[in-house]
Amino acid sequence: MASGIKDKVAILGMGCSNFGERWNDNAEDLMIEAYVEALADAGIEKSQIEAAWLATAIEEEHVGKSAVPLSMALRLPNIPVTRVENYCASGSEAFRGAVYAVASGACDIALALGVEKLKDTGYGGLPQRNRGSVNDLFWANASAPGSFAQLASAYSAKHGVNRDDMKRAMAHISVKSHDNGSRNPKAHLRNKIDEDKVMNAPMIAEPLGLFDCCGVSDGSACAIVTTPEIARSLGKKDLITVKALQLSASNGREAQHNSWDGSHFVTTRAAANRAYKEAGITKPRDQVSMFEVHDCFSVTELVTMEDLFISDEGNAVKDVMDGFYDADGKIPCQIDGGLKCFGHPIGASGLRMIYEMYLQMQGRAGDRQRKEEPVFGMTHNLGGFPHQNVCSITIVGKEGA
Amino acid sequence: MEVGILAYGGYIPQSRLQRSEIAKAHAWFNPGLKGLAKGERAMANWDEDSVTMAVEAARDCLAGLDRDQVAAVYMASTTFPFVDRQNAGIVADALDLRSNLQTLDFASSQRAGSAALAVALQAAKGGSGPILFTTAEKRKTLAASPLELTSGDGAASFLVGQGKVIARLLGSHTEAVDFVDHFRGENEDYDYSWEERWIRDEGVVKIVPAAIAAVLEASGVKAGDITTFCFPLAARGSAAAVAKKVGIPEGAIADNLQANCGETGTAHSMVMLAQALEGANPGDKILVASFGQGSDALLFEVTDEIKSLPARRGVSGYLNRRYAENNYSKFLAFHDLVKMERGIRAETDKKTGLTTLYRNKDMAQSMIGGECSQCGTVQFPKSRMCVNENCGAIDTQEDYSFAERTSKVNSFTADRLTYSPDPPAYYGMVQFEGGGRLMSDFTDVSPDMEIAVGTPMRMMFRVKDYDNKRNFRRYFWKAAPDGAAKKGE
Repeated sequence: MASGIKDKVAILGMGCSNFGERWNDNAEDLMIEAYVEALADAGIEKSQIEAAWLATAIEEEHVGKSAVPLSMALRLPNIPVTRVENYCASGSEAFRGAVYAVASGACDIALALGVEKLKDTGYGGLPQRNRGSVNDLFWANASAPGSFAQLASAYSAKHGVNRDDMKRAMAHISVKSHDNGSRNPKAHLRNKIDEDKVMNAPMIAEPLGLFDCCGVSDGSACAIVTTPEIARSLGKKDLITVKALQLSASNGREAQHNSWDGSHFVTTRAAANRAYKEAGITKPRDQVSMFEVHDCFSVTELVTMEDLFISDEGNAVKDVMDGFYDADGKIPCQIDGGLKCFGHPIGASGLRMIYEMYLQMQGRAGDRQRKEEPVFGMTHNLGGFPHQNVCSITIVGKEGA
Repeated sequence: MEVGILAYGGYIPQSRLQRSEIAKAHAWFNPGLKGLAKGERAMANWDEDSVTMAVEAARDCLAGLDRDQVAAVYMASTTFPFVDRQNAGIVADALDLRSNLQTLDFASSQRAGSAALAVALQAAKGGSGPILFTTAEKRKTLAASPLELTSGDGAASFLVGQGKVIARLLGSHTEAVDFVDHFRGENEDYDYSWEERWIRDEGVVKIVPAAIAAVLEASGVKAGDITTFCFPLAARGSAAAVAKKVGIPEGAIADNLQANCGETGTAHSMVMLAQALEGANPGDKILVASFGQGSDALLFEVTDEIKSLPARRGVSGYLNRRYAENNYSKFLAFHDLVKMERGIRAETDKKTGLTTLYRNKDMAQSMIGGECSQCGTVQFPKSRMCVNENCGAIDTQEDYSFAERTSKVNSFTADRLTYSPDPPAYYGMVQFEGGGRLMSDFTDVSPDMEIAVGTPMRMMFRVKDYDNKRNFRRYFWKAAPDGAAKKGE
């Protein structure tokens, strides 16, 4: 019986670039920005890094294929470098690679870096692209907002939520994230908004308006990991360790089998169950201190809080409106602004979430620092479409918790 | 052995462009257009072409009938999407017909529709099995041309053969005269037309009566005994002038659908024939004539079998499926008659690998999915391993056709971000009666419709993507509302 990843690997250092419309920077500039911060934070030399993972999702818009762009940008000394892509879970996949490498004993110190340079398309939103030669023959002409928007129609129908209540709860989620983002100097969007502004914004994909959608950003984030023993030997105290790393991929059930009603994420439920077990968490609503979930769209966050078993099924609207997930609520969700406002450079996003947990647990989160000391932080990525996706979940926390 | 029509079908696109809107835009330039500004014309959706409309008419024609009996597919049009790729073959594929089939395209004249029917009837005498004939037109017209107002898009289809005919052929005759009233040269999208009065006086009124007289004489039927006379020309008084000349009673002249559809090009004589059959009684004598470098005249007598024909939508059914379109700009955009800023998202390359298409054409063109012989689960597309998590058997999928199955909306959206020629792009998960589902593009969602979870849908064969770089287009099936509520209801 596998014992899981809990407390086997510690975060040695992390870095994150400013996210946003980095018109004058290449992917290389973003990678260096995140790396320099992470290396300084780790307090090691480059030569101590024994393996590295690069995450990018839409590489054709910037660095192209392979791990070579990372190896060249950081001038890594011909160590093993691997590029991973798994939709919006790419950053978490890079982290998983590095953490597993350390846990296996294959290397002592490993680096994970995610980067995405999206603002070279000439238009807003994610790049319009083909889906593969066979898929193009029959897949619907779906965008990301249009795919996730459908959660709202199925969720509302299932739980009997009227359109206005749904829209209002979704608006509350975005207002909260803008509030949080306004306190984050690295965030892409730092303006505060109100619910009326969200409700009256131009429609992107019914019922998602402009402010129900996250920013499309340039950015990079980086983690350096090692064993707790080595971290201590390097002088680190109060270690933040990895508690769980889970991934779940759709197998076609949602897309092709009528047992899924379209109102939730099958993969998130599977990954969450395994993650809590791996981390030894039995009452998530009482034990998890904070969340960074994949709020690509407001409705995704709403539905996800049920799939992570924090809000009871059908009860997320109430929890959201009660302020349960606000920065000063019972369990803050997206205290850094989330994808919505920190931004969503796809390959970097999973690592950016862990970065926030890492800062909060060390009391280094500045104006947005949570007063209650966080113990467990959970991050969640959802890549693809509600009917066909990958979900990654990472739990980090204080060593021994 | 007598031959005739075994079944008929029709199809008219649901949008009806109000002619007053066209005239409003162009009367400053040509005040004469005001005289044509009454009524409405059928307007194909952006994802419809002659092939897709021909498929819809053929589905209507084959409603309740065994498709395996079809021995040939003929298609007629002057607006084929492909010049070298048999269009009738695409129709046959969409209908999931067997490959042991004769397929043939008829083109190049406003008489192609009636000529193809005449040829099909002649071929049917050979007794090889029923011939499915389908004809459609999506005529391109210049902005501010009279044709833009008088034309419409539409299709008709007939199953032709021996046996239980609903209308037996009494006779047919063709007059071939190279009378060039209009033409469309190579690589030209639009017609070049000569003066209307000359066309009527020297062409229609002289050539068509000759064809009619010949068929009446050969079949021994008196002009006065004609119950219904189908003559497709939009020009006012054309049918009456011909009828008068040959002695057909005025009351027999069929409505040319100018008020609510427009002239559907080479398909129109056939659209009128399909409509005439809808209301016909046993013993009725239906005469259909066409005009285009001569004239075809075909005479039918309706039989008792018409009472046993399974129900179908017919031309009338599709005329009733209607949305009054007041946006002439949309028509201009659909027909590329105005240079539009379509945005960078529209630049995505829509190349189709011909190998990929051929390998997957049962899925993409015939909408064949799979049914697991082990657990009975049906799914789309078919796959090597069954989607049922409790089964997972390998290579147990048998062909299972989804095209004719109705479905209901499970989730949906109206997307203004993704590129669509007709935003917002509606799409969503549809769940089929009997199992299976698809995240499907929706089509024919008119602005007055209220789509909701549970809305009944019906699949329609449509253009999935236009590859404008290579002038290819790929087809697939889309879900269309089949009885959606109207907004505000």
